[in-house]
Amino acid sequence: MKPNDLTFEHSNVQTLVHAQNLHKHFGNNHAVDGVSLQVKAGEIYGLVGSDGAGKTTTMRLLVGALLPNAGEINICGYDVAKQVEMARSTIGYLSQRFSMYEDLTVLENIRFFAEIRGLSSSEWLPRSMEILEFVGLAKFIDRRAGLLSGGMKQKLGLASALVTRPRLLLLDEPTTGVDPVTRQDFWQLVVKLVANREGEGVSVIISTPYMDEASRCHRVGFMKAGKIIAEDSPSNLRTRLNNRILELRGTPLKSLKQIAIQDEDVEEAAAFGDKLHLRVKEGKSNIVIARLQKQIESQNLNLISLREIPPTLEDVFILLTEFNHD
Amino acid sequence: MFNSRIFSIVRKEFVQLFRDPRTLALAVVIPIVQLFLLGYAATSDVRNISMAVWDQNKSPQSRQLLDAFRAADYFVIDHFVGSTEEYQKLIESGSARVALVIPPDYDRAVLQGNAQVLMVLDGSDASIGSTALSTARLVGQSFATKILAEQASINGRSALTPPVEVRTQVWYNPDLDSAYFMIPGVIGMILSFITTILTATAIVRERERGTIEQLIVTPIRSWELILGKLLPYVILAFVETFEIIIVGHFWFGVPVRGSLALIVFTSGLFLMSSLGIGLLASTIANTQQEAMLTVMMYNLPSLFLSGFFFPLEAMPQALQVVSYAIPLRYYLVVIRALLLKGVGLEAIQSEVIALAIFGIVIMTAAALRFRKRLD
Amino acid sequence: MTEPVISVKNLTRRFGDFVAVDHISFDVQAGQIVGYLGPNGSGKTTTIRMLLGLLKPSDGSATVLGYDVFKQAEEIRARVGYMSQKFAIYDDLTTLENLTFYGGVYGITDKARINSTLELVGLNGHEKTLTRELSTGWRQRLSLAIALVHQPKLLFLDEPTSGVDPTARRAFWDLIYKLAEDGVTILVTTHYMDEAEYCERVGVMRDGKLLAMDTPTNLKTSIIKGDVWEVYARPLEKGLEILSALAGVERVGLAGDHLRTISQRVEKEAMQTLLISNGISVDKIERGEPTLEDVFLSLAR
Repeated sequence: MKPNDLTFEHSNVQTLVHAQNLHKHFGNNHAVDGVSLQVKAGEIYGLVGSDGAGKTTTMRLLVGALLPNAGEINICGYDVAKQVEMARSTIGYLSQRFSMYEDLTVLENIRFFAEIRGLSSSEWLPRSMEILEFVGLAKFIDRRAGLLSGGMKQKLGLASALVTRPRLLLLDEPTTGVDPVTRQDFWQLVVKLVANREGEGVSVIISTPYMDEASRCHRVGFMKAGKIIAEDSPSNLRTRLNNRILELRGTPLKSLKQIAIQDEDVEEAAAFGDKLHLRVKEGKSNIVIARLQKQIESQNLNLISLREIPPTLEDVFILLTEFNHD
Repeated sequence: MFNSRIFSIVRKEFVQLFRDPRTLALAVVIPIVQLFLLGYAATSDVRNISMAVWDQNKSPQSRQLLDAFRAADYFVIDHFVGSTEEYQKLIESGSARVALVIPPDYDRAVLQGNAQVLMVLDGSDASIGSTALSTARLVGQSFATKILAEQASINGRSALTPPVEVRTQVWYNPDLDSAYFMIPGVIGMILSFITTILTATAIVRERERGTIEQLIVTPIRSWELILGKLLPYVILAFVETFEIIIVGHFWFGVPVRGSLALIVFTSGLFLMSSLGIGLLASTIANTQQEAMLTVMMYNLPSLFLSGFFFPLEAMPQALQVVSYAIPLRYYLVVIRALLLKGVGLEAIQSEVIALAIFGIVIMTAAALRFRKRLD
Repeated sequence: MTEPVISVKNLTRRFGDFVAVDHISFDVQAGQIVGYLGPNGSGKTTTIRMLLGLLKPSDGSATVLGYDVFKQAEEIRARVGYMSQKFAIYDDLTTLENLTFYGGVYGITDKARINSTLELVGLNGHEKTLTRELSTGWRQRLSLAIALVHQPKLLFLDEPTSGVDPTARRAFWDLIYKLAEDGVTILVTTHYMDEAEYCERVGVMRDGKLLAMDTPTNLKTSIIKGDVWEVYARPLEKGLEILSALAGVERVGLAGDHLRTISQRVEKEAMQTLLISNGISVDKIERGEPTLEDVFLSLAR
């Protein structure tokens, strides 16, 4: 049953996920429109985009819960179209909604998902305890899943996805609505998982609409309208806008924004509470800073600070989607 | 065929079932409630018909006629009246169903051999009306025969016997107790209703809560998932079947004449159809409500066209033809025959074959539709 | 100084033994945009419900638009707009039908008012579109229009831009700023750090307590005292161990492919030398910016 294993085992760089030109449409809605994806062992890959960009559909295609209209997917050497059960046995999947049984206890849930994935009665208990220890739920094994806090539910989901020691972990918006402290913990777990088992080569694909979360991935793909519009490491993506983002603080903000927008070298000015973020043309930041300072002074407005700041992924995303519109 | 993956689903279903007291109550208590409701209330036996009498003769002869009606066990003489208006009022208000009018010259007319009495019937309830009508005729005829015989013996002739006499023997249910008819029917109804509803909602609930997604992405195979989800409901259905048989037997005195093995076997065949319908509904419905409605659209017509309430023979020809497409129809024949008549397999052969075909076809269709995918 | 639009003193709500909101106090002035930042279950929703008069406070006092939340809940509700994150719009109605319906609920039948509200949020041209066919960004605008149709002086927004992309979010916030300029006071509840960055003032909630309330910039400078460094080193876990032990380092976290540290008076070179001397390869060390998440994590400790 493992015809592809030979080529897979002997390749030097293990590419656990190999998806080629995926298409999936629901009626007229092209949810996934030509997505290609390679994820190497030991990599945390972020699919970043808004609701409806195609992240969840892409995840479901990868795990074989949806059939693509076109394209090929190979997971850990198994063709998802032909060997879906074998492919799935290598995947741990955490869906967007909390999908544990709320009327079962923590341990009953883990046991159920362990056994259903084929773990024998002697294997599941030590394995489950180990994983519950890892995610910090060992003390709550007899609690009904419905009575867990949001963060603990998330960890239970992660534990049940990990109990069979998958090589590929698919996490669909795992930290939506959870406490930043829990979110921090959750990420520490994911990073440890990949780092711990570097030799074995675990990969994680995580989808998120949040840019701050995207910045924690090794590599991100920005999704929009079913397509991956850019793909690179967060720091490489950010360098595209190095020295092009300015932060302007002062009052009144509205007048300051007017002045900024009128400057020929300012491409965009966005208000952020008590400050403005300006995107300037390449190599123009010093000129713009000097010019704006002078103008603000001449109009007797109050300038608190105007400085260059490191670009964020959000700035990059906005630049890319604008570019895409043209 | 049976593996640990299926077992883990079965165990999970049972744990959930026992933690959900409402569903469990629905599954265990409803059959008993239905049984008592239908065993007592839905009886179609007509007894104790209330009767008004206007005896204008008041002779020994007229009193003999009234005794004959009393003896027939179908009538209770509740009212003696003195005018047409009086019995009319009683019938209109429903206090009396029938009125018997004995003319003033009844005793003389009997002796002359041309007596006439008037029987007024409330025909608004057809079953009471027709029972009253036929019973009244029978009472009248046998009373007339008796008088003829008496007169003959008085006149010194040898006792007269009627030229033809129909002797009736009622088999299986000598008292014509309708509980006998109803209780096997309740088994069929429960196996059909509870099983389809529970199966359909059990699967749709996983879709509603999003847990189906987590199940789908495991390497479990479709047939394992189906079997694991259905088995608990098969077990539950058999528990219910025996629950009804036991209560039916010990409380209502319904006989269990056929072999238990045959009852289990045929019930299993019928269950395949019910489970299949439930599974099919779960592939159509997105919410538990939709699932309930979908199975009801199947269950209600199938109950009315199966011969559960009304005899099939009484239905219009076209509906009788439709009834051949309803698995419950065959099962009712089978379960009534097994419980009441104690027949063997040969007697119900064709029904059993029909059940098997329905079960296999519906189940296959449902399993084919039930794909382990989200689209 | 004018009377604050929202004035809350020692507001408390208990559910049995559980204290959902624990003696919080704050004021909001007219035209301000205030964020209320905290995870699910931190007491955000309970606070809003009390301010709307939907829940009776167990203790403390609060006035909204000058009305007492204990006694004048109806007055308050008629004058505030509320946009829920669930987007309470009917999928099977068109944009205009949805807005006309909600207008009717508030007793507004004036067609011109309905149309001007649609125009305000930029939905003119989409009147006849079934709302299920709208993108998340457009649905969010319709939700805003619904909250605005009765021209409230105070607007509650519950995670208004969760799930939309940054471009749509910026466009949405431009609308909010415009409303604030016109004197509408806005209170935004969110668990989402990126969203809170858009607010003028941010209150940080956790376990029913208001831990701090200030401008995002002031929160960052007053609570995060040190410098943020993004350290790209391998192997990560060993790097984390070593940096955690370094004097002056307050916090080190795994951030995907690098480590994020917050430290005081620790030079970039010092970290680099220490890591390399322990056999860890260092690609680069970059200066980072403190975020509201850093603020939250510091306050939560």
